[in-house]
Amino acid sequence: MSLSREDVEKVSLLSRLKLSEDELVVMTDQMSRIIDYIDLLSEVNTDDVEPMTHAVEQFNVFADDVVHQSLPRDEALANAPKRDDECFHVPAVLGD
Amino acid sequence: MSLIQLTATDLLKKLSAGEVTSVEVTQAFLDQIESADKQVGAFLSVTKDSALEQAADVDSRRKAGKPVGLLGGVPVAIKDLLCTKGQVTTCASKMLENFIPPYDATVVRKIREADGVLIGKTNMDEFAMGGSTENSALGKTSNPWNLDCVPGGSSGGAAACVAASMAPLSIGTDTGGSIRQPAGFCGVTGLKPTYGRVSRFGLIAFASSLDQIGPMARTAEDAALLLEAISGHDPMDSTSANVASPQFSQTVGKPLEGLRIGLVKEHFGDGLDSEVEATVREAVKVYQSLGATISDVSLPHNKYAIATYYIIAPSEASSNLARYDGVHYGHRCDEKQMIEQLAAEKKAFEESGDEEGLRNMDTSLVRMYRQSRAEGLGPEVKRRIMLGTYTLSAGYYDAYYLKALKVRRLIRQDYDTAFKEVDLIVGPTTPSTAFKTGAKTDDPLSMYLEDLYTVSANLAGVGGISIPCGFSTTGMPIGLQLQAPPLAEEKLLQASHMFQQATDWHTRRPELS
Amino acid sequence: MSESLPYKIVIGLEVHVQLATKTKLFCRCSTEYGNAPNTQTCPVCLAMPGAMPVMNREAFQLGMRTACALDLQIPLFTKWDRKNYYYPDLPKGYQISQFDLPMSEKGTLYISDPKGRFEPKDVGIIRAHLEEDAGKSMHDEANGKADSRIDLNRCGTPLLEIVSEPDMSSPEEAKAYLEELKLILSYLGVSDCNMQEGSLRVDANINLHIETKNGKIATPIVEIKNMNSFRAVERALHYEAPRQYDIWQETGGVIGEISKETRGWDDSAQVTRAQREKEDMSDYRYFPEPDLAPVTVTEAQIAEVKASLSELPQQIRKRLQADYKISEYDAEVIVNQGQATVDYYEALVSKVNDGKLAANWITQGVLRILKEQQIEIDAFPITTDRLADLLSAVQNKEIDTTRAKDVFEKLLESETSVADMMKEMGIEKVDDSAIDSLCRELLEANPKVVADLKAGKQQAVGSLIGQAKKKNPNIDPGSFRKLCLEIVQSM
Repeated sequence: MSLSREDVEKVSLLSRLKLSEDELVVMTDQMSRIIDYIDLLSEVNTDDVEPMTHAVEQFNVFADDVVHQSLPRDEALANAPKRDDECFHVPAVLGD
Repeated sequence: MSLIQLTATDLLKKLSAGEVTSVEVTQAFLDQIESADKQVGAFLSVTKDSALEQAADVDSRRKAGKPVGLLGGVPVAIKDLLCTKGQVTTCASKMLENFIPPYDATVVRKIREADGVLIGKTNMDEFAMGGSTENSALGKTSNPWNLDCVPGGSSGGAAACVAASMAPLSIGTDTGGSIRQPAGFCGVTGLKPTYGRVSRFGLIAFASSLDQIGPMARTAEDAALLLEAISGHDPMDSTSANVASPQFSQTVGKPLEGLRIGLVKEHFGDGLDSEVEATVREAVKVYQSLGATISDVSLPHNKYAIATYYIIAPSEASSNLARYDGVHYGHRCDEKQMIEQLAAEKKAFEESGDEEGLRNMDTSLVRMYRQSRAEGLGPEVKRRIMLGTYTLSAGYYDAYYLKALKVRRLIRQDYDTAFKEVDLIVGPTTPSTAFKTGAKTDDPLSMYLEDLYTVSANLAGVGGISIPCGFSTTGMPIGLQLQAPPLAEEKLLQASHMFQQATDWHTRRPELS
Repeated sequence: MSESLPYKIVIGLEVHVQLATKTKLFCRCSTEYGNAPNTQTCPVCLAMPGAMPVMNREAFQLGMRTACALDLQIPLFTKWDRKNYYYPDLPKGYQISQFDLPMSEKGTLYISDPKGRFEPKDVGIIRAHLEEDAGKSMHDEANGKADSRIDLNRCGTPLLEIVSEPDMSSPEEAKAYLEELKLILSYLGVSDCNMQEGSLRVDANINLHIETKNGKIATPIVEIKNMNSFRAVERALHYEAPRQYDIWQETGGVIGEISKETRGWDDSAQVTRAQREKEDMSDYRYFPEPDLAPVTVTEAQIAEVKASLSELPQQIRKRLQADYKISEYDAEVIVNQGQATVDYYEALVSKVNDGKLAANWITQGVLRILKEQQIEIDAFPITTDRLADLLSAVQNKEIDTTRAKDVFEKLLESETSVADMMKEMGIEKVDDSAIDSLCRELLEANPKVVADLKAGKQQAVGSLIGQAKKKNPNIDPGSFRKLCLEIVQSM
């Protein structure tokens, strides 16, 4: 297995996903098999090959610095799971 | 012939001639949805009232002799991955089950402006991750040709609704084959344009450097019409190609002279179903009979395409989907339960004297993120987020992500070389026809390998189209894929139209009880 | 001072400057400060699904100007990257920043101290890159248990992050670097540099180099955050250096063995405190931003930006010293006030043709009033024309410096011309014959003074000046003194 349970647990924290014990076991197995498969690329010689970040090469796309109307606040907050009339709410950032 | 059997092009003719109204046309499709969608499950939401309102508006303008847009009151279904202002947009995810965007995707806006009637939002694999629509968290879609089979994916609903005559036109998206594969499985025409041809603004991102929106329809002619309506430069999308958009609906009918077609050796190898191969080879003969010359070309790095794709797409996705954290919109876990759970964990660590466990405990904020995401996202989405997080993480970036970007360039160079020899690359869209629901859900990797013929076009950024070219002995449609150099959609559509003039596969419709 | 310390301090600074654009870096929401929470947001800066960034042209231009002013090299190709981390005021779950190919790198900033507390030096600048700001989390300070509230008005505001080399070896140098940087930025007009509004934020990296029997060692690097003024930076560094030394003496921990620590400056307690950080926060998983196009720059564009730069503070200091024969100190004081003060000074000099005189009146008069009244020079009530008239009167001996200062104070409160004000105050030039007769009159009446003067006690003339002033307040003490001495000498 190319990945350990601990590796997967660490990735789940980085990914901000809470996996159950069962999910961790399945995920470790599935990810290992996928990683083994994608390791196929190591056989390709990519010396002197420039990485291709964009499907189409474009440069210098800018917008002018002109103010546009922002959203009304009630629309900006409308989808928030927890909020007051002004702000989004989250569990205390400081604290515990 | 009833209205729902007509192509968009024919409907438009009748509409402009005043033989029928948009309200009548829209109502006919709404009726078909009413009767057929119980079996197919193509739609996640149907916007009946606003569709009829929009149709009535088009009718009144047409009647008053005022200008009417290119789509002239013909209904269009939208994959539920594009934002529609004021209408729920879910990505087939519990995470966004109640999300109502305050804005329209550029493509949706363009369809409205072109007087396409927005009839509803179609089902898909959650966040477009999958090839069978089985990863939808909000509903099951069946293949109209055989309800036991999958419609393909991720644009499964988009393909199925056209196949089952519930919409003449629909919008799909394609990151690794998500338009072409379901088009092939459902026997419709589906075009993935060149990257940048259609604005991605308002398309909920899966893999930003691969995603592209495209038309799905019965015919190449109809696909040309819809592509014309949605394509063009968009200042809101920095990756949008700053080139003039051709009038595809005007040029689609012009036959191509001296067409040079290349068959990709690597697309006719192991894993290709023999029936599919035979059917595709027959289709190639049709082109030959239409005067095309056929030759073999090679895409030597094709065998690395899946591995490359399954590094780049999850990596980008892991970042694109970070925003679904239950803070500004979307699902948030029950906070009271979450706090209780944390308290219980803390107590357990304290009782067992597990110092490290205590030290590494999530804060309530971090647990809120993790729990909300765990509840709101499905298994395939989680898998890809995990995979992408891993391939981008410290120590692995060079071996995976950077390596994949380099191989991606080699894949693109293969295309550039091939397109020096031929105008179009032709081959099967998929290795086999639509499979049974549940057949591959336990083995993600085998599902990934289904994308073998389609992902390269996304990696290279070139356009591709799937058109119906026959049926299997079990009665399932078989798709023919054509690929063209960047921005050569006109050629793709013209060649497809030529084929459809010479064959009638695209006119066949499934029989639903 | 540092010579007596048992260690060498090594300081590097990271400065985040808010660029003076009207709109955010990737959307066209206003960047205006101080509005009601969440009234300056749109799908892009709210990170709504499907929204996409578009780069602000002006932000890039301001970045280029700054880079040129700091002698940074501008590569012909630059790109954007995503820095991935979760925080509620970062709605995308990543910050768009620049990682391996920043828009500028390798520059310098010259710092000096007119008070001579350190030798002038060039501080290296590693890079300056563009990135977007996060929003604001408002915490329940009282008990820390209530929800935090999130305001995204600031989210997406363009920042230029300027990272120095660890070239500063004292808190004073660090403060000088910040002051000079701020001055340059305000001369360029690229930022309002308002620290209270968060337009300029500083993080400091500090560690110590210590000579031991076994050779030189370095203590672990500490990054200090939460410093709200340059004074706070100076104080935090003063606090942190001996603290690190104490820790090292206690534990012997050196760089490499102990990982970098982040500490926050507590201004009320005047101490730094360790900040809790999750272990995984450091894995930012940078990768190229697929939603933005890279930027290419030509040599011609760079040359154009360089040519368009106005004179920079250090150049102006040198020029003022050379052109107007003023001291390094005066040049420093005037230039450090900003471009408007330099303009005021130069306008004044052009009218009075005496750089030193003009400098004295500005550094001792004008700037004192500005400070007292807490106003900017643009709002200073005495125009250069009026001040020049006053100084000319001094030059022409129509008025002595002391009385001129009285006039100056009066001018602050009215718009009367200098001539009218002098008339109003009964000030007029006393002609030479009047001075002469007054002089002789007083010498005659004070034989003791005459005797003292003859004996070489020149200071004795002082009492005569006092008497003369009483008889005629307009008497110029200088002229009177000179004349007295002449008369006594010829007696």
